[in-house]
This record gives sequence, C-alpha cells and structure tokens, in this order.
Amino acid sequence: MLKNRSIISIADLSDEDINEIFTEADKMLENLNSGQKMNDMESRILATLFYEPSTRTRLSFESAMQRLGGSVISMADSKTSSTSKGETLADTVRIVESYSDIIVIRHPLEGAALLASKFSSKPVINAGDGSGEHPTQTLIDLYTIRKESGSIDGKTITIIGDLKYGRTVHSLLSALARYRVNVNLVSPESLALPKHVYNEIKGRLKVNVSTDLEPFLAQTDILYVTRIQKERFTDKNEYARLIGSYKITGREADMLPSGAIIMHPLPRVDEISPEVDNREPAKYFRQAYYGVPVRMALISMIAGE
Amino acid sequence: MDKTLKISKIKDGTVIDHIDAGKALKVLNILGIDESNSISIGIRVMSGKIGYKDVIKIENKFLEKIELDKIALIANRATISIIKNYEIIEKFSLDMPETFKGIVKCDNQNCITNAGEPVRSEFSTVETNPLTIKCIYCKKEMSGDEILRNI
Repeated sequence: MLKNRSIISIADLSDEDINEIFTEADKMLENLNSGQKMNDMESRILATLFYEPSTRTRLSFESAMQRLGGSVISMADSKTSSTSKGETLADTVRIVESYSDIIVIRHPLEGAALLASKFSSKPVINAGDGSGEHPTQTLIDLYTIRKESGSIDGKTITIIGDLKYGRTVHSLLSALARYRVNVNLVSPESLALPKHVYNEIKGRLKVNVSTDLEPFLAQTDILYVTRIQKERFTDKNEYARLIGSYKITGREADMLPSGAIIMHPLPRVDEISPEVDNREPAKYFRQAYYGVPVRMALISMIAGE
Repeated sequence: MDKTLKISKIKDGTVIDHIDAGKALKVLNILGIDESNSISIGIRVMSGKIGYKDVIKIENKFLEKIELDKIALIANRATISIIKNYEIIEKFSLDMPETFKGIVKCDNQNCITNAGEPVRSEFSTVETNPLTIKCIYCKKEMSGDEILRNI
C-alpha cells in the first residue's frame, strides 16, 4: 500500500508496489485514451516545489493531478521566492505541507527530497535531487520497457551517456537489479558510473562496461540514451570537450535487432539525431507520454481515498 | 631486563589502548581534550596483539557515547579501560555503531546537509574494514582520509 507514503528513492518501493503502480497506470492509460473524466483527486491539492528548471517532469505531474480532477499550486521561480531571502528548505516544506495534500520536489542538492520528507507530515515525491535519484522517471522507464518491449525480464539493456551525473541512470540501474536483465554501460571514461552506484548493483546485475557502443548494438533490446548533464559540470571546458562524444544516428539505429527500442528521458541535446525520430525503434516521445498515466497512478495511490 | 612501564598508571580516568600505530594524535584531536586533563601518550608501543600500537591515558576523563563513536571512526580496534583508584573497573572493545549522527560532515559539497538546513549529518556503516560509511541523504560513501578531514 502506498497510501501516504513518500517516494524518495526507487528502493522505497517493493516489487509488489511497482507491479501495483503499473496495473493502476494501465487503467489510467485506458481512461486517458477513452477520454473518461476522472475525479479521484477532487478537492485535493498537489504542490510542486521546483528549485531547478524542468519542463516535462513538472508539466506531467501537473497534468496528472489535473486529469485526476485535483488542483495544483506551484512555487514561483525559486530565485524570486522566499528561498532567495534565505529561507531553508525545511521551513518552506513545513509551510507548504499545510497548503497541500502531496508535495513534489525537485532540487539541485542531493538528499533534498529526503530532508523535505522528514519535515513534512504530507507525502513527498522526489522529482530529482541533484545527481541523486529520480524515482518517478524510473517507474516511467520500466513501464515503457514493459509496454513497448513486452517484458523486462530477459532483456539486454544498453545505457549510453552521462553515467556519472545522470540521476535517471542511477535510479534505473537500482531498479533493473530486481529483474533478470543484462546491462551494458557505455560512457566516456570521465563520465563512468560512480562507485557507490556500482557497488549497489554489482553481484545483482550482469554488467559490461565499455567506452565503445558499436559491439553491443546487435545484442541490444533496449538502447537507453542520456544527455551529458551540463548543469552539473563545474569545469565548463570539460563539458565542451565531452559534448558530442557520442551520437545515435540512423546508422546506429539500423544496427539494432528487429524489435529493439530506443529510449531517452529527455531533454536531448544532440545525442540522438532527429533522423532517428520517425524510425520504428524510437520510443522516447512515447516514453514521455507514459509519464502522465504513471504519475496519475502514483498520485492516486498515495493521496487518494 | 627492565620491565618498567613507559607510561605511568593513572588514578582515575580512561585508557584508550590498541589504537592503530600513528593515530593517537588524531584521536586526541577529535576528542578535543582541554587543559583540565593530564594526558600520557605512547606512540608505536610494541603489542603482541596488533604489532605496534598507540596508547592514550587521560586523567579524570570518562568518555561519552558520542566520543566513543568518534574514536570508532578513526581506530575501530581500540579498547577502552575505565580506571577508578588505579584499578580497571571496566574494559571493553569499541562497538562499531550502525549509524553516526552529527559527528562527521558529508564530504559531498552538493549534499543537502551542507546547505545550512536544520539537520544533523547521518551516516550508516557500510563496511568495517576498511571503515566505509554512507551519507543517508546523498548516498556518498566515505572512508579513510575523507572521514578524518570531516570529523
């Protein structure tokens, strides 16, 4: 049961929780597709506290709440709100919890969502904390694999990109360790997976690590591409050196086996060429679409009656 | 053969024995002992148990839980003897705490605990040898010098 629970890390969810969320998301998807009006969250308020820019995550949470008949309140740009006057996150959360039934937070510092949950009696959903975790993105990733690839077990997943700072990758790997999958990790050496994430998954997942994508393509069922996280670099020269160091074009897409899919948490910069967008394996816009039913399921299970 | 102890006995206080050789000064540093205590230190003393060891004897000082946890972070093989009237009234090894609260600062500058929020740092023990601890907030793992420079 997820009622009134905060979701800070994908590790907070049991296998049963995840399956229940997916079953509920299937129902939400069906309702969305049939245009059925929903009122599960009528008279409930979701507060979004976004201390970092976001388009998809924020809009899909807001869309999910409104699709469920609920309302949304949002903090103005954190640069112009009380945060700029020096208010702590703890104080902000203590105030916002009295205005809402569920809080969604994105923050540039790691651990911010956990801190928020410790100061709130209302459930908190982590929508990304620095280079830490982004558990709802992971649920959407798993849901997309399940919908577009048939199942998760037995698949080979190749993850390419910024494995160091990409929080979606950290949460995704932690979740994939629950399934019988093979994982290939491809990145420039300086963007390799952090030790603590590797330690968490080693022994639980079959993992190959490389700087070269091509040898893995023919055996890949899911190619998961991530952007280099420009905002996490303190050395902008290092970012300039790495940008463009990998790119998925039609050539790479053609090397994938039949039935394989390409995913990306978006936004992309130039790591997937637009020529790939209309090809069969490209599922990243579909993946973004699934963000709404999955978040609807989560909100309704946490804050519903 | 001269069997005289290199460090004299204390009447009342605490003996911290079996400190890894060379770490005694670090232990004293984190305990923040002031001028009210007399201290004897043995550095690189022969020990059958761990080869060379350091020993600290502190007069009129009895350690609290938080101080024992701090020592565990630096020298987790240390043993503690409590002395009353020249007699050892209690002797024990350090327990490795499962969590460390408010003792170590997180080395990750991007961790929320370093942002002026009203929370104490909190770490869980991942491994005891070598000691590795993990911030419960940002999940950063720390060991060795990283721990020492953040106590």
